[in-house]
Amino acid sequence: MTTAYRTVIGLETHVQLRTRSKMFCGCAADYANARPNTHVCPVCLGMPGVLPVINREAVDHTIRTGLALNCEIPEYAKFDRKNYAYPDLMKWYQISQYDLPLCVNGHFDVEVNGATTRVGITRVHLEEDTARLTHVTAADGAPASLIDVNRSGAPLMEIVSEPDIQTPAEAMAYGEKLRALLRWIGVSTANMEDGALRIDANISVWPEGEPVGDVKVEVKNMNSFRSLGRALAFEIERQTARRERGQPIEQETRGWDESAGVTRSQRTKEYAHDYRYFPEPDLPPLHVTRQRVDALRAALPRLPDQVAADLINQGAPEADVAELVQDRPLTDYTLAVIEAGASAGEAVTWIVHEFRRALNAQTNKSAAIPIPPAEVASLLALRAKGSVSSTMAGEVLDEMFATGKSASTIVEARGPQISGQDELLAIARQVIQENPQAVQDYRDGKGRAIQYLMGQVMRITRGKANPSAVSTLIRTQLDAME
Amino acid sequence: MSIDRSQVDHAAELARLELSDDERERLRGELGQILQAFEALNTLDTEHISPTAQVIPLGNVERDDVAAGSLPQDAVLDNAPRVEDGQIRVPPVLDES
Repeated sequence: MTTAYRTVIGLETHVQLRTRSKMFCGCAADYANARPNTHVCPVCLGMPGVLPVINREAVDHTIRTGLALNCEIPEYAKFDRKNYAYPDLMKWYQISQYDLPLCVNGHFDVEVNGATTRVGITRVHLEEDTARLTHVTAADGAPASLIDVNRSGAPLMEIVSEPDIQTPAEAMAYGEKLRALLRWIGVSTANMEDGALRIDANISVWPEGEPVGDVKVEVKNMNSFRSLGRALAFEIERQTARRERGQPIEQETRGWDESAGVTRSQRTKEYAHDYRYFPEPDLPPLHVTRQRVDALRAALPRLPDQVAADLINQGAPEADVAELVQDRPLTDYTLAVIEAGASAGEAVTWIVHEFRRALNAQTNKSAAIPIPPAEVASLLALRAKGSVSSTMAGEVLDEMFATGKSASTIVEARGPQISGQDELLAIARQVIQENPQAVQDYRDGKGRAIQYLMGQVMRITRGKANPSAVSTLIRTQLDAME
Repeated sequence: MSIDRSQVDHAAELARLELSDDERERLRGELGQILQAFEALNTLDTEHISPTAQVIPLGNVERDDVAAGSLPQDAVLDNAPRVEDGQIRVPPVLDES
């Protein structure tokens, strides 16, 4: 007899906020390329007698995130001390938020294979990052831990989801969509490889029909969305196997070992989670005024879901839209192309596939897109009219990037498209004669044969043939031969 | 209010303190007295007082997001027990964070 099981997953996402200075002191938060221990002051070094002062922008970023995640922003928030002894904390406590976080009760919709799951957002709170430890063999040959305090005190936001996620695919979709949202509203680089986005998962497996209990396993150390998916799939298998054998699931923290492809228990002492939270006496509470929340809400950009819904309504294919809204600058650019007269469907599809290819080939990727959106709209119009073929449009675009010339100038210089019947007819006949196999395939009902033959014509005309004219010609010729 | 030895041991472990038997017994008494002093608060009538986490009349103390200077590296490392590669060197710890 096989029992069916259900999986319950909740995610805790830590996000480094994009600010100039640290959370509670004036050290520069941009320490990524700094020498160790050079972005450090008495406050983030935890010296006696220092006083933290809250970074307003970090609070605003957290509220922006909460609003984008449909959270309530309570009027009162406070900071608390979370006490634990580990050398990544200079003070032996971390300033965090315990029972009055900045944002509560939100939700976030994620899509997997066309199905939407609404994931509850329990809370979004603000805290400080810890120092970075590396475990090494020191110069004298002894094992040691080295501490770089630069990261200590950097503003860190934690987004806690409800356990509404049921599959690794949903967890990955949540992570990817959340990363895109955080970048979209400008609160974080959200780069996982830099540690600006770190996702921990709580997961448990229960027999179908039985109530979900309290026991859960926390899984850490996933450095990519792929690792997140793999770690969760491994846990589902491991926990299901234990259930099958009648063994209990133990509440524990497990670390993902990427190279071995397994999670391993990180044995912690039973009192490891005795954090003894208490209100931070050095920070007065925050009264989050409604004016402040309203102003932040009003200044938020339109969110990816709203923009996507609009584009889909205007006829853009869902898959391309989903791809596009991962990238706000490219989305803004696409909207400008549409504004300049292009149809939404054509603009989105062409930009996601063709334009992005050409853009990615540029050496200076951080620079603004050098082509005015109106120029792309005019190229799309030339393509729609049949003045340039799809193949040629790509080449024209490459030339626009390379030379900065306008679409119409380039198209004129390349000479007109070949649409003269006689010239095309000769080429079509030649291609048919040289490709008997494709002709046979067409007779056998393989539609792709036409595409192949068209491709040959395009190759000979260097993309200058009008595609619909070619397609008609080839069909007529083939049908006449039967 | 009295506390037992295991509570003293637990607090000592959390604070990473090694205590002798004499110290544990002495602290058991002293901590009990401290808790007893706090017990006095329970005799107050707080029915009409709203809970607060803060006793000073301050709120919303925030600063602009402006980066100021940091300490020179050698000053940061001045109190370190040992230094290696510009970092604070401590005995190896297992990663349990």
